[in-house]
Amino acid sequence: MSQEPIRIMLVDELAARFNVLEETLTAQGYKVVAKVTTADNIQAEVERCQPDVIIADLDNPGRDTLESMQVITRKTPRPIVMFTNNGDPATIELAVKSGVTAYIVDGMNPDRIRPILDVAMMRFREYQELRNELELTRLQLSDRKLIDKAKGLLMKRGTMNEEQAYHRLRKMAMDRNLKLSDLARSIIAAAELLE
Amino acid sequence: MSTNKQTLTLGFLPLLDASPLLLAQELGLFAAEGLKVNLSREASWANIRDKLYVGSLQGAQLLAPMAISVSLGLNKVKAPLVTGMVLSRNGNAITVSNSLIEQLRVLNPEALASPHISVLTLRKLINERTQQGTAALTLATVYPYSCHNYLLRYWLAAGGIHPDHDINMVVIPPEQMVAQLASGRIDGFCVGEPWNQVAVAQGHGKILLNTWDIWHNAPEKVLAVHGDWAAANEDTHLALITATLRACRWLEEPANRDEALAILTQPQYLGFTPETLASGFKTGRHQFFRDSANYPWPAHGTWLLSQMMRWGHVPSTNADHSFINSIFLSSLFEQACRNVGIPCATEQLYQIGKHAASWELGEVTVGADRFIDGIRFNPDDTGAYLQQFAVSNLDS
Repeated sequence: MSQEPIRIMLVDELAARFNVLEETLTAQGYKVVAKVTTADNIQAEVERCQPDVIIADLDNPGRDTLESMQVITRKTPRPIVMFTNNGDPATIELAVKSGVTAYIVDGMNPDRIRPILDVAMMRFREYQELRNELELTRLQLSDRKLIDKAKGLLMKRGTMNEEQAYHRLRKMAMDRNLKLSDLARSIIAAAELLE
Repeated sequence: MSTNKQTLTLGFLPLLDASPLLLAQELGLFAAEGLKVNLSREASWANIRDKLYVGSLQGAQLLAPMAISVSLGLNKVKAPLVTGMVLSRNGNAITVSNSLIEQLRVLNPEALASPHISVLTLRKLINERTQQGTAALTLATVYPYSCHNYLLRYWLAAGGIHPDHDINMVVIPPEQMVAQLASGRIDGFCVGEPWNQVAVAQGHGKILLNTWDIWHNAPEKVLAVHGDWAAANEDTHLALITATLRACRWLEEPANRDEALAILTQPQYLGFTPETLASGFKTGRHQFFRDSANYPWPAHGTWLLSQMMRWGHVPSTNADHSFINSIFLSSLFEQACRNVGIPCATEQLYQIGKHAASWELGEVTVGADRFIDGIRFNPDDTGAYLQQFAVSNLDS
């Protein structure tokens, strides 16, 4: 166990139901950094709170938002663990066994929660590593090179000269609250996926 | 006729295009095929996907592009999904906030005159906002692998707007769209009916265009099942399609519409008022049956795949798209047509985008299929097709 507590975000419409889970998690040494509903801006909340793992109610439609952040936008991806209080044990057992999704069931013995979160985070890391192989190799490039490459891509796209392309990148990075090198990386990632 | 009496659980989301499944149940059409069906109202597309994967759902209403994305394993779960019929075509619209409408009108009083003018005005607005240092506009769809996303992107790109560079694209569940628009967190969305109607009725926005305007008769939802289940339960699968096809035919009869609304308005199904449902059907331009709406044309699947390539969701290096034929099962649908006793196309579609109105293909009528920019799609030459688009994530 590292010194920093693992930061958890809870997503549910019924805050009361999650209070019990929060108590359990806190007692286990986790830190619940946010409790949000689908009426909140889930994406912005994830970016603001920077949780290590997200626990969402299985019946919460916000699940599609959370997954899209992992898959398409790659904005601060996080492992997601589903929380359910109404069972359907067959589904849950199969899902856990096949590695689809990690589940926490309401009223579950607190001792069982930690291994589930550990496994979910480990699986997520493995998955991300697989996904981001390209990205990892790119990390070895210096930021400068990345920005130059992204600039080149923008210039190739249209009518911009080098200076305009650079300003455009800076503008996009500012609008999206990203480091210039991170923005460059995502522009290159989009292009390289197709090479 | 099936004699297999196993109980099937079918998943749906409370949207108008779940109607064929709900009606097949209520009208006893599943029972007439010897099927015992439970309907399971689900909370998210991700839940439906996982439950199809683990087998706790035998079938479901599904976004047509998800049949491809799940089969390819684009999002963790990889399961060979198949579909023997399209449940509905069209049904989505793009609604934007009153504030965005005003900004467009300031730039061009005629901004709303047509989908072409609105997107060109939108591009102008985005350029101005960029120069002024205003934050990017945020537009929402319901799922990454959806017609909502691909058609919204098609429209934006046709106007020279790059959805990944010029817009902040987000995913929001349908039932949250209106509230997020009202709060100003998003500037617009593409969602299925009746949510556009709800936004307009509450005074939070205006419908800019129907996705019909972007591509006539896009395959919106399909009846999807797991490929392994389909292989082991051929008769049951065919009976399921046959019953659902009968429900589609019944639903499209104007004389049945009031009875349909009375069923669909029940809280365990869609739960809106009959008036909201009725206006949603009207603006949605849904096609549930006529013009061969239910035919799962592999060519339409290939077009969806082309857009997944265009935006970098699928690498475009693999030109072999023959796997689409094993997802969109034409021959099964043809058998279901024989069961129902309706004519079925005997030829495949090749080029898409030529028809501004319904047209004859052999002994059946097929729906219009034009794109907003008039570009035609040849499934056998996806590479050359994609090269025609100035805006994409392909240029590297």
